[in-house]
Amino acid sequence: MKNIFLVLKREYLVRVRKKSFIVMTILTPVLIAAFYGIIVWAAVGSFKNERKTIQVIDQSGLFKNKFKSDKNTTFQFTTESVAVAQKKLKGKEENLLVFIPADIMTRPEGLQIYAEKNIGPMLQGRIEKIVQQELRNIKLSKAGITQKVIEDANQNVDAQTFSLDDEGKTQSSSTMAAYVAGYAAAFLLYIFILIYGAGVMQGVMEEKSNRIIEVIISSVKPFHLMLGKILGVAAVGLTQFLLWGVLTFAVTTATQTLFGFNRFTATQEVMNKQAEQADPELKKEMEKQQNGTLQMMNNFTKSAQSLPLTQIFLCFIFYFLGGYLLYSSLYAAIGASVENQQEAGQFTFPIMLPIIAAIFFAQLAINQPDGSLAFWTSMIPFTSPVVMMARIPFGVPAWQIALSMGFLVLGFVGTTWLAARIYRVGILMYGKKVNYKELSKWIFYKG
Amino acid sequence: MPNILEAHDIVKQYATHRALDGVSINVPKGSIFGLLGPNGAGKTSLIRIITQITAPDEGYVLLDGERLRPNHIQHIGYLPEERGLYKKMKVGEQLLYLAQLKGLSERQAMDKLKIWFQKFDIKTWWSKSIEDLSKGMQQKIQFVATVMHEPKLIILDEPFSGFDPINANLIKDEILELRDKGTTIIFSTHRMESVEELCDHIALVHKSKVILHGSKQEVKDQFKENSYAVSYHGTLESLPSDFEIISQKTDEENLSKANIRIVGATSVNQLVGNLISQVELVAFHENIPSFNEIFIKAVGGEMPEEVLK
Repeated sequence: MKNIFLVLKREYLVRVRKKSFIVMTILTPVLIAAFYGIIVWAAVGSFKNERKTIQVIDQSGLFKNKFKSDKNTTFQFTTESVAVAQKKLKGKEENLLVFIPADIMTRPEGLQIYAEKNIGPMLQGRIEKIVQQELRNIKLSKAGITQKVIEDANQNVDAQTFSLDDEGKTQSSSTMAAYVAGYAAAFLLYIFILIYGAGVMQGVMEEKSNRIIEVIISSVKPFHLMLGKILGVAAVGLTQFLLWGVLTFAVTTATQTLFGFNRFTATQEVMNKQAEQADPELKKEMEKQQNGTLQMMNNFTKSAQSLPLTQIFLCFIFYFLGGYLLYSSLYAAIGASVENQQEAGQFTFPIMLPIIAAIFFAQLAINQPDGSLAFWTSMIPFTSPVVMMARIPFGVPAWQIALSMGFLVLGFVGTTWLAARIYRVGILMYGKKVNYKELSKWIFYKG
Repeated sequence: MPNILEAHDIVKQYATHRALDGVSINVPKGSIFGLLGPNGAGKTSLIRIITQITAPDEGYVLLDGERLRPNHIQHIGYLPEERGLYKKMKVGEQLLYLAQLKGLSERQAMDKLKIWFQKFDIKTWWSKSIEDLSKGMQQKIQFVATVMHEPKLIILDEPFSGFDPINANLIKDEILELRDKGTTIIFSTHRMESVEELCDHIALVHKSKVILHGSKQEVKDQFKENSYAVSYHGTLESLPSDFEIISQKTDEENLSKANIRIVGATSVNQLVGNLISQVELVAFHENIPSFNEIFIKAVGGEMPEEVLK
């Protein structure tokens, strides 16, 4: 027992002190935060005020006073041909060219906007909206409908959309949160099992090729050595997981503070200001949209809070340990049986197969968390950790979780026993190419 | 002398071959015991049973009169033929780890290590990585790892391979010093000159069986052919039929050398008497076989008849 702990301690300290561990542990949350930051920055940045000069070629003659310049955008009407005006755009990023053909009334898709680079959705929308509204106004007034009626109609529509949104989104965002949580948990588990399982194999192979193994097992029972190593690596995995959690929280909090207390409000303000400058009509529209988005965000946060977070966390730890123990002991057996990476390949593939299948089943299970496929694959120990983690955010009956955990425990006790039989023979076997027949013989060797 | 280690009728069967077939050895306390034998004879299998890496199928091992138990490992130090250390680990940490696995507390291990680092003058290596040391340096570290927990029994498998002559001598002196302090050393090797020099007892394992066993003297006596090397001036005409001249030659300075075997029931004095009546005797000594000769004879199948029965 003491020796298992000594082996565990060495394994843990050596791995935690490795540069790659430190870099990975620190870098990952920073990357996540940076990714987050870029999204926020891009969201804020895309609405940044820029002075634009927009040339308008209006062949229809309908829009004379409809384009109104403000402090950021200047509209200029020109009678030049499109070709000449296009040439003038060269090298002037801030300039745009709008071409309105003579037959715009009958062929609204004839509207063309040119720019040296991309135009930007805001500006495009604004120009389109001006043209569209004007066309509609002309058509409506031709049909005998006054401006006042149009405004009334608009207001009615507003009210209706708002209430509809309120009902519809709450439901969908709750499934959304479960979906995201399930997928993230399943995927994280999958990655952890693969990375740390392979880590155990590497460690065992290193001891074997270093030839230190004989010195060690003259002091420690092979089984204790294997167990100590597996548990040590598990401790490294948990440490990394917890550090990621803490660091991600710390870094994102810091990023949020840096970008203003509530980045969502910040973005909104910029958008509102921009919209106000552009068009009061647009502002109304946007506020409506924002209310919808805000609603959705709130709903998402609310439903995320309504997820069984403690249960997810505890189950994650359990299924990580269980799944990892199940697979890493097999990885340890392989590491002990082979002498180099190439040889290891032929044996790792059959082990990776069920893990890869598990992530596939998990995707199916997310779409149908209570289906029979989801049920059975979350009972079989080789797939249950990943699949069950995908199901848990949707709510799984306690008896199913208990049964699945029970099977998983039986599963890893079984694989560990099997692996230990192979391991103790394999680590002392040099210069012999092994195959499955050979491995199965080792299982039945005595002491 | 009591035995520190006794192996009784050890049988170890692997899938297709029997690595040890009724092997028994007795290792007297405080001796340097040579475990000899050609490659694949079963030496490593026997060592792995003594170090409890594997268990025998039949037979048992006594350490200090007790059946082998898991906690006996702390009384054994083992230097395998294939050396190895964790390459990326620091020397000090690694030795502390290995010492703790042998049951020492960190503090005890530290105290013992200080003595060895002083003795080998390697204090500056403490925080170096193993991979930054030369092969010879690594061997020294490995030797320290083997002996630092002051085991009663040390098993060295080809201890001198990889050492330059200076370091090999250093290790040899350490081995002798340990023996003088009462430690027993089992010494497995092919190099017969070091057996000659160091071992008091040997066992020769061949084809999974012990074919020779005993003290240096006993083993050599078994292989003596009752022949004597003689140096003399003059001419040796002839000897009675009780004596057989195996070889005879004279060098430029007229010194003759002959090997003479006593075949009849007569004594050495008779031979000497016969010689001095004919020639001027310069030197006379018994031909004692070297371990190298014994090894080749025994393994090559030329066993003296009295040994085989």
